[in-house]
This record gives sequence, structure tokens and C-alpha cells, in this order.
Amino acid sequence: MAVRLAGVDLRYGKTLALDEITLELPAGRIIGVIGPDGVGKSTLLSLIAGARALQDGRLEVLGGDLADPRHRTAICPRVAFMPQGLGRNLYATLSVVENLEFFARLFGQAKAERDCRIDDLLGSTGLLKFRDRPVGKLSGGMKQKLGLCCALIHDPDLLILDEPTTGVDPLSRVQFWELIDRIRASREGMSVVVATAYMEEAAAFDLLVAMNAGQVLAVGTAQEFRDRTGTHGLEEAFIALLPEEQRRGHRIVTIPPRPADSAGDVVIEARGLTVRFGDFTAVDHVNFRIERGEIFGFLGSNGCGKTTTMKMLTGLLSASEGEAWLFGKRVTAVDVEMRLRVGYMSQAFSLYSELTVAQNLKLFAQLFRVPAAEVPGRVTEMVERFDLTGVIDAMPDGLPVGVRQRLSLAVAMVHKPEVLMLDEPTSGVDPIARDMFWRMMVDLSRQDEVTIFISTHFMNEAERCDRISLMHAGRVLVCDTPAGVTASRGEKTLEAAFIAYLEDAGGSESTSAAAPAAAEAPEVKQAPVWHGFSARRMWSYALREVLELRRDPIRGTLALLGTVILMFIMGYGISLDVNNLRFAVLDRDDTVLSRDYTLNLAGSPYFAEQAPIIDYADLDHRMQNGDLTLAIELPPNFGRDVERGMPISIGTWIDGSMPQRGETIQSYVQGMHAAWLLDTALHRLGSRLSLSPMDVEIRFRYNPDVVSVVAMVPAMIPILLLMIPAMLAALSVVREKELGSIVNLYVTPVTRSEFLIGKQIPYVMLGMVNFVLLTILATTVFGVPLTGSLAMLAIAAFTFIVSATAIGLVMSTFMRSQIAAIFGTTVGTLVPAIQYAGLINPVSSLEGVGAGIGRILPTTYFLTIARGTFSKALGFAELWPSLVPIAASVVVLMTLCIFLLKKQEK
Amino acid sequence: MRMANIARLGVKELRSLASDPIMLVLVLYVFSLDIYMAATVMPETLHNAPIAIIDEDGSPLSSRIAGAFYPPRFQLPATVTPAQADRGLDEGTYTFVLDIPPNFQSDLLASRRPGVQLNVDATRMTQAFTGSGYIQSMVGQEVTTFLRHDVPNDVVPVDLALRASFNPSLTQAWFGAVMQVINNVTMLSIILTGAALIREREHGTIEHLLVMPVVPIEIMTAKIWSMGLVVLVGCCCSLIFMVQGVLGIPIEGSVPLFLVGAALDIFATTALGIFLGTIARSMQQFGIIMILVLIPLQVLSGGTTPRDSMPEIVQSLMTIAPTTHFVNLAQGILYRGAGFDIVWPEFLTLFAIGAAFFGVTLWYFRKAMNSMT
Repeated sequence: MAVRLAGVDLRYGKTLALDEITLELPAGRIIGVIGPDGVGKSTLLSLIAGARALQDGRLEVLGGDLADPRHRTAICPRVAFMPQGLGRNLYATLSVVENLEFFARLFGQAKAERDCRIDDLLGSTGLLKFRDRPVGKLSGGMKQKLGLCCALIHDPDLLILDEPTTGVDPLSRVQFWELIDRIRASREGMSVVVATAYMEEAAAFDLLVAMNAGQVLAVGTAQEFRDRTGTHGLEEAFIALLPEEQRRGHRIVTIPPRPADSAGDVVIEARGLTVRFGDFTAVDHVNFRIERGEIFGFLGSNGCGKTTTMKMLTGLLSASEGEAWLFGKRVTAVDVEMRLRVGYMSQAFSLYSELTVAQNLKLFAQLFRVPAAEVPGRVTEMVERFDLTGVIDAMPDGLPVGVRQRLSLAVAMVHKPEVLMLDEPTSGVDPIARDMFWRMMVDLSRQDEVTIFISTHFMNEAERCDRISLMHAGRVLVCDTPAGVTASRGEKTLEAAFIAYLEDAGGSESTSAAAPAAAEAPEVKQAPVWHGFSARRMWSYALREVLELRRDPIRGTLALLGTVILMFIMGYGISLDVNNLRFAVLDRDDTVLSRDYTLNLAGSPYFAEQAPIIDYADLDHRMQNGDLTLAIELPPNFGRDVERGMPISIGTWIDGSMPQRGETIQSYVQGMHAAWLLDTALHRLGSRLSLSPMDVEIRFRYNPDVVSVVAMVPAMIPILLLMIPAMLAALSVVREKELGSIVNLYVTPVTRSEFLIGKQIPYVMLGMVNFVLLTILATTVFGVPLTGSLAMLAIAAFTFIVSATAIGLVMSTFMRSQIAAIFGTTVGTLVPAIQYAGLINPVSSLEGVGAGIGRILPTTYFLTIARGTFSKALGFAELWPSLVPIAASVVVLMTLCIFLLKKQEK
Repeated sequence: MRMANIARLGVKELRSLASDPIMLVLVLYVFSLDIYMAATVMPETLHNAPIAIIDEDGSPLSSRIAGAFYPPRFQLPATVTPAQADRGLDEGTYTFVLDIPPNFQSDLLASRRPGVQLNVDATRMTQAFTGSGYIQSMVGQEVTTFLRHDVPNDVVPVDLALRASFNPSLTQAWFGAVMQVINNVTMLSIILTGAALIREREHGTIEHLLVMPVVPIEIMTAKIWSMGLVVLVGCCCSLIFMVQGVLGIPIEGSVPLFLVGAALDIFATTALGIFLGTIARSMQQFGIIMILVLIPLQVLSGGTTPRDSMPEIVQSLMTIAPTTHFVNLAQGILYRGAGFDIVWPEFLTLFAIGAAFFGVTLWYFRKAMNSMT
């Protein structure tokens, strides 16, 4: 037995996804899991693969309990998992061969073994020609083949495929299964578990598991199913197996012929439609005319230009050449009136996941200008028509795919458009839901004369269309009725005709010519997988991250150039020097002596004199609008009283809205005042006023001229080395979560620490480059000499960058969305770094919670080291105590990261 | 442009934010706890200043001088050896070290004008300046009083009556709290609009809007009003409940007038956020670009250090930043009690900047939308 489940339950919150599953899957067979959407197929497969944690029940895989972590680690290299979705666990910016190398390293393969296996796999799948093409530019079929290669790189004993051919064109599908057969032939004993929505595929499997509502309906061969239900096809057999209530709604789809008189009125027309992206021609002179009420099917391999054509018809994309016409008018991007007459449903269901079903419908009705009075009625009508009554207050994300797709259609229909454009609306939808969907289509077309333009990969759907058009590599190969297309090739089925057309057109990008290579695959011994910390697996992630960084040069450049620019702005900009203070005098005396007092202030570089103050109102006004930061009032008879030695008082007002500056001004004014007094006493009055009996000699150390640059430039290095690496690292993990490739962590032998450290390395390296740039800038452009130990500074910078990236990783593992990670990182680094780390005020003088934060921030200690090495001529001997907290923070943060990161989905 | 569409799309944005608990917690945090911490952390310039004394005299006078330093302005002085003092300065343990030489008291009494030496860590500029002046006068005072046998100093002939307007005791918390509110307003406006736009783009929902009878200006305006409203309400609550309530900071001028100014600033910064969200290709790029914009906006707008002392070029560059004008008018209204008659030029400038940002962003946004595939 390859897999044995006993009483397995699984819940998402309150929903029961798997209900008491007890099942045995034999080894060495190919086993299909079939059933409608949302019945728990994917959940079951991810449980078996170990990607999801077991909640309840017992699950044995390859002869051991999967709940036992040791067993799980041990069998991990023997299991391969390909998740649902086209290339979901692949990395779009990496090339084919880079993706394969990534997975090979995860399984600890050395270069020789890796190259040998990769060549072999690429050869047998026909992907060799595309080895250097980025995955994002592959067609869906090729992506799935590559996904399979990645899964097979380590010779698994159990291969788990979750809907591997959904959304893949028929030719690629055929090739995919041929490939699986060849591999099974060469690797006896390998078990394959497949979930699929295509019943014709499932019919060829050794054993089938039919599921419904989290339960197993039946287990057996396709023949047994048919015999048991007395039906001919597997699809009918499956429907017959369903409980009565679910079956009730199901009727065979029949297409009434189009009324003969409807011909002539052309609604959609493409005339030589062409679009180019750079050198690549996505759509190449496409022509067609579609009449009112027609159902027009659009078929073709993935990436052949179907979606692009639709976008041009809706005005989302402008054509490079040619014209698209709707309702006898040329389509332009800004034609709002035209949009009111078109309904569009894109491949990704464009529903607002944060709104309920009813709210979605209402919003779309309003946006499409359904009169306010009709909105509630229209929403009710749609809810009834599309059978959404039960889910009216549910959130779309929690609904099964089939229901979501009905909702999408309802949303596209809410304004009663004359034309419906549907881009693969039934991908990933189960047969029953698909039939229901088609009954609605037929209804719309025949009853309401809605023109329907639909793209699909399902041949039985294509057969239901009035006319179909077959597209390949941007060109329309044929455009006729389904029967006409079949007849034109002399084939029995539309599928066969379709494949024939594609093969002629060179669509067999991956001809089986290379197949023999697979049969004689050189026997490479799988190296035993090391379960401890593996540098190779870590490198695998590090290299991948480096490659992604290289494919996105803007990000790397911004990170490097940005820090340099910031250093410039901040180094010059943040100035703690208080000078050029605007002051003015209200001189009520206006004698030589009073003018002398003013001159004394105006002569200093700290103060800049403004026009004299006229009266108190003027003084108030100018202080209020911030014109003056200092106002001085010299009283009447100032000169006379000073000469007579009579006590007088000079009034000064300082703008206290910036307290720090206020205090500095205070001490300046006091100093200037005292100096003036002394000077006046000596030169004018000839007597010595109370001269101090002693001297206080002040030595400004480390920064004798007390200039900001010396204080600020070394301090900017820690701030910049914190922000940029932390932000870079902050998106690294959460991005994989959002895009789905995190599953590679769950199902490959890579450990959490390898994963995290691997991701960290490139950003630490980038940070070190930043550090070198900043240090050079500080010493050359800013002329702040590095008086202390460069080695010490470098060691500290390295430790600090590791710590900074670890902060980013903590955010990244904790948060669930990228936006929250960005927000959290900004709040968590920018504010504390500027305010609590001692940039402006020393940490020892801080107060309250902030002071506590300041003391544990690594930035605080690196700031001490940066200032110490730059300005204070210090080295390791003096500064090592500051290094300890930084190193400690690395340990704490990384431990926290590992703790927060789960090796299985919960 | 249809107002109804703008209103509905905006409500959708609000619902979307409301359904994300982590974001709500973060928004709440930046307008409450973060403000509180920022307000209370800021010391008086001379607060808890770490000082050490090298007492080589060991006389009654030297201990009298040492006794003059006590909290809150200074930490209780540590008595250290010269070697320890150097180390302490190097490590940043002390900002000031006062060295009283041997025979200080006897030299003083013999009118030999002895000198004490004050070592200052000048990399800590804020304390260095005010502190050294302060210590100088304290030592002078102690010495004078000692010489006059504990009779306080007599009256200086020309007195300097120093008054700090608007914040008589120069309390730092007043400044810190409001400036933090302003910083967070900027940060939130940019993140909420920019990152949300990228998320919609990555998830493909924005594309769907474009097949509907909705034009880019409606999408953009909806985002601006809804996210702007969130920030404005946060700012208002923060000012009333946190700044005035919990922190008890008196606000001189009119809060509504300030909020009008804040609304103008938010108009400009949310437009900026959308601009950044439009030019960034991915969330990863947005993260970096945002930092590059946010740091200068926060540090150079005059909210952290005074603008007057910045180099000319930085000052002129920063006049196009909305935050500069917002900081200016916020200080005017909240601290100096300035009325509309005084701050109207800033209002006008802010509005002009906002309109310009909006225009440029709209142009880019339209272009990006039309070429989106």
C-alpha cells in the first residue's frame, strides 16, 4: 500500500473539508481522484503530500505514519507534489533550466548528477529547445510539463498531481499523459495519484476514487463504475453516483438551432487585428465576424493570443494594426457607452473578495448605471437566475470554484449586455456545474439574443458552439461550425481534428521525437538525502533569490542607487547646526548703544537680522507666521541706563514651537549677551564688571568644529543599512505565500533554517555592497575621515545587516499579505530608527517606552560603533561590547522567524 | 466623470480595508500608541544628560560642584578616573566629563584663576551645545557662591528676560506628538493608496474595472477620497483623544482649521501614493521606492530639524514637498495659534501642490491603464 487513510477529518474553521476519509491506495498504480469542485480533492492530495498538517485521524504514506516528523522527513525525498494551477510552484522570472536546478539542489544533487538528470528530463519532454526561456513566457502546457519535470527530478516513489491538465489545450494534454506513461514504464513501482476534472482522462486510470462533499462515494475502476450505475460514459456514471438532490438539477444540455432569420446583423468584427509586444507578435492579422445571438467558441493552445484578442475587443488593449468593431462602431479605449453594452468575464474571477455576493452584485449593477430603482430587483433576478440564493451573504473566496464562476457570470450579466465575452469561464469547473453554466448560455443566446464570445479548452463545450475558431501562435487556423471543422480533417472527433490542425501548424513544440532518450535513461543513483543542515539546499534558495533580483534590475539598482541618493540628501540635509536664525529688534531707545547691541547679534553667523519691529502687533504677527524665531525689545533709555549702571531688562521672545531649537537659541542669546556686556564694560565704561574668578575650558571631542556632517553622516549609515535590507527581505517570504510557491517549502526536504538563511544571503550581500558604497561616500564626498578600525566597522556592519534582514524576515513570516508586510516593516524600522536609536538624542536620555525600545534596538548599538569608528578612532578592543547585542539580536530574530514559519500548512 | 461611481468605488475601498484586521490594527497603532511613545520619548534637550566628574582635587568645593548636577537635567554624576572617563566618552556612556584639577580650591582662593576642563562628546550635537553652556554657568555659579560664602550672586546690571513664546517651558512632548501625527499621516496616505493599487493590479481586479463604464479619474478619485478620509479621521481622533486627551498637550489654535490643512496635505500625499503605485512594477519595487520617498519627506520637511539650517538647495527642493508646508502650517496653527489670515498662503501652496500631483498622477495612471496587458 502506498497510502492508507483511516478516519481522516479536516476542517477549515467551521467548514468540514474532509469527513472521515478511510481509503487505501495501492502502490505501483495510477489512481484518479474525481469529483465536483470544492469536495476536498485538493485538500486530500495536499494532506498525502505532507503540505498540509493532519488534524484528525491516521495517515500512512509509504509505510509509516505521516504525523511522525521523523517519518515525514525520511520519506519527503520519495514523494513529489505538483499543486493545482499552471506553474504555481514554479518561479516565473527564472528560466526552465534554472527552475530545474533549483529543485535538484533542494534534493541535494551535485552538479554532475543534476546536469545529467536535467538533460534527460528536458530531452524526454521536448523542452530542451526552451531551456533558457523564462517560465512566465511558456505556454500553459509547457509549464505543466516543466512542473512535472521538477517533480520527477528526484525519482519519487509517489507522484501526486493536482489537476495537472486543467486549463491546458488538448494537444498538450495528450502529450502530457504520454509522458506520464513513458515515465511509469521506466520506473516500475512508482505510484501516481491524480486529481482531474476530465472524465475522459480519468477513464484510463487503474483505479478511481469518486469524492463528494468531503466523503468518498466509491472506489473502483472506470468499468466497475459504469457497470454499477448501468451507464456508458464515466461522466454519466459519476453523476449517477451523486446523491439524489445534487443530481436533480442536472439535465442534458441541448442546443436548439438558431432561428434562420437572425442572420445578417454583425455584432463583433475583427479586421486584420494585430498586436505586437516588442518583437513578439501576439495576435497576427485575425479576422472574424460574429452575428447577433451567436455562440462563438474560441479555441487554441495556451498563450496563442485568445485573451489578447478579447482584450482588444473590449478596448482594454489597443491594436497595433487592424480594427475591432462592436455594434458597427470601432472599439476605442475610452468609449464608455460601448462598455455599457458588453459584459466581460476574465480568466481570473474579478470579484471583490472583500465584498459579499450581494454587495458585489449591487456594486456592479450601480457601476453599470442600472437605474437606482431597478437595482434591488435586478440583484434578486440575478440571484435567482444563477442559483445564488443560498450564498447571498457569503464572501466569494470561501465559495467553491463552480459557484464563484456563476457569480462572476451574474456580475458580467447584471446590466443585461448585448454581448458577453467569456475568457475560459469553465476552467477548473466540474462537469455538473459546467452543464448548468451551458444551459444558461443557451438560454441567453436563444431567448435574449445575447451574442456570446467564449474561449474554452473543453472539446464537448466547443461542440456546443454555433461556430468555433481555432487559434495558434496568434493566427486563426480555421473558423467554421464544429461539424465543419471535424469534417475538414476527415476525423471522427473534434478533438482529433483539433490536434491534427495544431500538429500541422507546428504546435507540437514538444514532438515526441526525443522520446527514446527517456527509455534508455542512464541509471543515476539517487544520492541519499541528508537530513541535517544542508548548505546545498540553502544555496538553492539563495541562488534563486539572486536570480530573481537579477531579472528585476530596477529593484537592485534602486536599492543601491537609492541609498547613495538618500545619503546625499540626508547627510547634507539633516542639520543640527542652528544658524541663520531670523531675528528682529523692537528698538525703543535707538541710541548708539542700543544699535551696538543689535549689531553685536547681527554680526554673528548664527543670526540674520530682519526688518525692525514696529510695535507689539507687528511682533505678534511676525512671530505667529514663523517669520521671526527671535524678537528682542530694547527698552526706552536703554543706552542711558546702561551707562549709569541702572538695572534694566531686555525683553526677548523665542519661538518655542521647536523646543530643541528654542533651547539652543536661548543659550546663544545668553552667550552673546554676556559677551556684549563684557565688551561694553571694558571698552565703553572702562571698568571690569564681575569677571569670573575661574575658567571653564570646553573641549569638543571627536567633532571639534561641532558640525552636523560629522555627527550625521556616520549615523545615516545604520539607518540606511536598516531600512533597505529589511524592506528587501520583508517581501521575500510573504511573496511566496501570496503567489503559492511556498508549497515548495512544505513538500521538499529543505528545512526552515535553510529556507530562511538562503533567502537572507543575497540581501545581506546587497547590504554589504551598500555598506561599501556608503563608507566610500562618507570618507570622500563628505570628507568625514574614518579614524578608527575599518575591520571593526565592517564586522559590525555585516552583523547588523544580518540582523536587519532578519527583522524583514520576521515581518515576512508573520504577515499574510505583502501590503501588511510593507506597512509593518515601515512602522517597525523607520520610526524606531529615527527616534529611538540615538540618531538625534542619545538613548541614555530617552524616556518612557521609547527608551526601553531604544535599548534593545540593534540600530542603537551599531550607531555607537559607526560613530566610534568614524569619529572616535576606536577599534575592536573598545567597541566589542556594542557588538554583542547586535549578534544576540540576530539569534533572537532568526529563532523567532523559524518559530513563526511553518513547515506545513495548517 | 460621475460622482456616483466615485462614491461607490470609494465605499468599496473602505470595505476592503475594513476586512483586513492586520491593516486595521496597524492603522490604529500608528495613531495611538505610536504617537504616545513618540511624545513621551523625546527628552528636554538637556534631560538625563550623562555626566562624569574626574575629581582630582577632592576638596569641599569640588564635591559641591559635583552635587550641583542632579536629575532631571543631568544624571547623577559618576566619579571616574581619567582612563575611565576616556573609555566612557568613547563608548558613549557619558556626553560630558568635567575634569576638576588638583588644588582647584586652593588656587581659586589664592586668586590664581584655575581652570576646569569640560570634555564634550560633540557627535551628540543636541546635548553638546546647550549642555556645555549650561554646565559652564552652573560651575561658575557654584564657584561664585562658594567665594561669597554662600551668599547668592547679586543682580546683573543688564538683565536678559528670556521668554519662549508658544511653549513657555519648551516641553518636547508638545513638539514630538504633533510631528509624529504628521509623519504618520504621510506614511499612511502613501501606503494605503499605493500598495493597495499594486495589490489590485497583481490580483487583476483593476483590469476588470476598465471594461466597465468607469474611467481612470473615477478610480483614482475614489481611492483618494476613501483612503484620505481614513487618514483624516485617524489624524483627527489622534489629535483630540491622544494629543489633547491622554497627553494633555494644550493646542493653541483652531483644530478645524488644522484639519482643513491636513485634508489638503492628504490630497497631495494620497495622489503621490497612487503615483508611486503606478510607476512601481511590483510590490517589491514599491517597497524600495516608498522608502526613498518617505525618509526625505519625514526628515527634511522641518518636522525633525529646523529648515532654516538646511542647505539652500535642500530647502528649495523641499518646497515642492507637501509635508514641508503642512509642518509649517501645523506649527503655525497648533502652537502659535495662527488664524486663517496668517496661514492662507500655505493653504494655497498645498492646494497647488496637490492639484499638480493629482494632474501628473492622473496622466500617468491613464497611460498605465491603457497600456496594461
